[in-house]
Amino acid sequence: MDSALTEDGVLAAADGRRAIGDESTRRRLLGSLVEHPLLDAWLAFPEEGRVTVRTGKVELGQGIRTALAIIAAEELVVSPARIDVARTTTGSTPDEGFTAGSRSIEQSGAAVRQACAHAYRLLRDRAAARLEVSADALVADDGVFTTSNGDTVSYFELAAEGPFDYLVTAPAPLQPAAEHRFIGRGIPRLDLPAKISGAPAYVPDLRLPGMRFARVLRPPRPGATLETATPATVGSADVVRDGSFVAVVAGSEGEAEEAAERLAALLDWRGGMGFPLDAADPSYMAAHVVSSYPIIDGLASDGPAPPDPISHDDAALVLHSRFTKPFLLHGSIGPSAAVALHDGASLTVWSHSQGVGFLGKSLADVLGLDRGAVTVHHLDGAGCYGHNGADDAALDAALVARACQGQPISLRWARADEHRFEPLGPAMVVDLTASLGRDGRVSSWDEDILTYRHNARPLPQATGSRLLASWSLDPPVERSRAAPMLDFEAGGHRNGTPHYELGAMRVVKRDVDDASPLRTSAMRSLGALANVFAIESFMDELASAAGADPVAFRLGHTSDPRARAVIEAAVELAGGLEVPAGDDSVGRGLGFAQYENSMAYVAVVVELEVPARTAQITLRHAWIAADAGEIIDPDGLLNQIEGGFVQAASWTIKEKVELGPDGPSCSDWDSYPILRFSEIPSIHTKLIDRPDCPPVGAGEASCGPAAGAIANALAQATGVRVRDLPFRPEAIRAAFDALD
Amino acid sequence: MPVLYVNDGEHDLEIGSNLPLLWALRDQIGLSSPKYGCGLEQCGACRVLVDGVPVASCRTRCGDVAGRPVATLEALRATAEGHEVIEGLLRANAAQCGYCLPGIAVTLIWLAMRRPVPFDEVVRALDDHLCRCGSHPRILRVARRIFDPDPDAAGDGSRAGHGNGET
Repeated sequence: MDSALTEDGVLAAADGRRAIGDESTRRRLLGSLVEHPLLDAWLAFPEEGRVTVRTGKVELGQGIRTALAIIAAEELVVSPARIDVARTTTGSTPDEGFTAGSRSIEQSGAAVRQACAHAYRLLRDRAAARLEVSADALVADDGVFTTSNGDTVSYFELAAEGPFDYLVTAPAPLQPAAEHRFIGRGIPRLDLPAKISGAPAYVPDLRLPGMRFARVLRPPRPGATLETATPATVGSADVVRDGSFVAVVAGSEGEAEEAAERLAALLDWRGGMGFPLDAADPSYMAAHVVSSYPIIDGLASDGPAPPDPISHDDAALVLHSRFTKPFLLHGSIGPSAAVALHDGASLTVWSHSQGVGFLGKSLADVLGLDRGAVTVHHLDGAGCYGHNGADDAALDAALVARACQGQPISLRWARADEHRFEPLGPAMVVDLTASLGRDGRVSSWDEDILTYRHNARPLPQATGSRLLASWSLDPPVERSRAAPMLDFEAGGHRNGTPHYELGAMRVVKRDVDDASPLRTSAMRSLGALANVFAIESFMDELASAAGADPVAFRLGHTSDPRARAVIEAAVELAGGLEVPAGDDSVGRGLGFAQYENSMAYVAVVVELEVPARTAQITLRHAWIAADAGEIIDPDGLLNQIEGGFVQAASWTIKEKVELGPDGPSCSDWDSYPILRFSEIPSIHTKLIDRPDCPPVGAGEASCGPAAGAIANALAQATGVRVRDLPFRPEAIRAAFDALD
Repeated sequence: MPVLYVNDGEHDLEIGSNLPLLWALRDQIGLSSPKYGCGLEQCGACRVLVDGVPVASCRTRCGDVAGRPVATLEALRATAEGHEVIEGLLRANAAQCGYCLPGIAVTLIWLAMRRPVPFDEVVRALDDHLCRCGSHPRILRVARRIFDPDPDAAGDGSRAGHGNGET
């Protein structure tokens, strides 16, 4: 059903009937207000001149606090400087689950927007009653209503009349777009002055009276146990031990670090499980498939797989290619950290977790505390890009705090712990087969996605735990393994379904779980990186087989005007895919996707240089076009799109976790190199504003298209197709050699 | 016991000579701008100046800097160059999580005090720093404005780091 927002913000069906009952429409308009409809849960006027906005979404460096302040300021008609976005805390801010999947603007943004729109109307009604005029006769400006005779009353006086105690169940009219002062323009990031100038801003910067500092000593391999006694102290540090969980705690972080090094030399670890060295090999993965799911309308179905769609009879050509993606590290620049205080009955934790509500419940379960006795405050950390060690560090800190009751414990992982023990971005294999008709169009498409699991986040479990240290306790809490993700565009089938119109189509996800110590979990863009890399590479292979231009070939396979618009815009920005004449080591390539086939559209053109002598890729230029619906904060959107491109370029060109028998053999930035400043191309980005389309997050939308564009540029530059990530010189050289 | 001279303050500390400077700055002196990133001199998050020269405070022993002036971002941000660099980074929202930025700011301020510095040299100096969020294009744009205000004079401008956003 076509529908649109009418001028007063109420949803109207295309035929003019009002239709606010539709569940997905309600969710789109109200966001997390669907779960938390109480207006006072989202908004407060705590003192003269100040507005507090409460959110369950946390700052990960994506600028969500600033975006929410913009939205609240716009709908309340106040200056953004009056808005305080409260820190997310269990029990006092709305529980909005995980801050993940680029959903914060859709969920929290929509809720804050509607909460503020309702509050504005309620305040205006109170003002009208107090000033004895009609609501229409009032003009609002920065927290003050004024009548035509100049009588005024402030929001803060009106709010003092009492709580709203009001349930939001239907959308209120929004401020008209033509009068927007902040939405679409943006304001400087609210959190950056402290962060950039080095003021205390992150979990390890928190200082509490009597604080002590801790380091944990991880086993050399998963499952190894400590069979012998540990000393009670090492120098000035105390040793905390529970089963095979061992940590040191001292009066300063420097002492804790030194004590950890000294204690490590004394520990006698036994046993443990070896890592499968070939865990990323397609044959190993295929041998450990647990179940298969046909992907139907973006959902993993438990029904039988559809028949093979490839008709070999009437096809002019059938192509097949296999693409692989290795295990990756999230690679936070700041290792995971947490602060915990245990007073014997209750536990308070400060964490940079993406889901403080789930973390609090999981901590309570492992520690045997009542769930109501655990409070988790979100405090910013270094960027995490998904499920890294943040939650695990929170349990580590809580365990030390339990042994040191009444003392605030600041615990931080060492760099090698972060590299070796964070959950890995899952390895994937994507097999694509397509038939190309004599008309040059793809007539059928068969896709087989082989994937480890993408979500081992610490959801509270009926039994067991997903927090790392819990498996080492005495008695251990059994490891709860990740479950396959079956939801719309989730996990390994995120962007598994091509956005193009490709005739008969079959997409099957095969879920891999090898019962080894491997731990994989959510990493920025989840399956979209491997899937879009594969699909966009293969589209170029098909275009080449059809003798078609890659741009025209894509446009010939999509009628979606927003898809066409970003592809055309990126190509226009680049001035086409032709490379400057006379330089045969330079190539240009295009990559496109609509994130989750339902969110932001991004097209990327990359120009790179790869001399045959070095086989080393130098990225020269990137031209990006993005459409994330209505633009709330153009600068924040650019930052996310460009940042996603740069991170994905690093994955694509450089990154791979090598596995040794004891786990990831990379333990620092020399053994796991990432892109550096001198390797960054010039980037030009065009944002396409769609004021009529709901705003969607874009933090992950450019990743897949970046990989696709680089792959296609590499193929154009070298004449060889590299289908295994990353594109390190040895892989490119091997492709050259195979050509000879 | 080493006496440290940090940001023009004298600190007579009960610490071992082998203690990494980073921990003396954070634990004993209470500074927050030097960040722990790797402890291996690989990421630049802990960078400070000793004798006016950038060092990784995570791998610098307190005993080796006793009696020598140490400057952290807390002091450097109050200089004219510090103001220029921090304001430039803020105006450009040149960060996402921001964790790597204090170290990067130290490098940019140190270079700004030595202008003119060729832009390529600035980029090479920034290679001592890792950023994971992908804020490099913005940081490079800010650096370009500080060190190379007339980009046309610096060649064809086709190399790294001046991508701009157009809406």
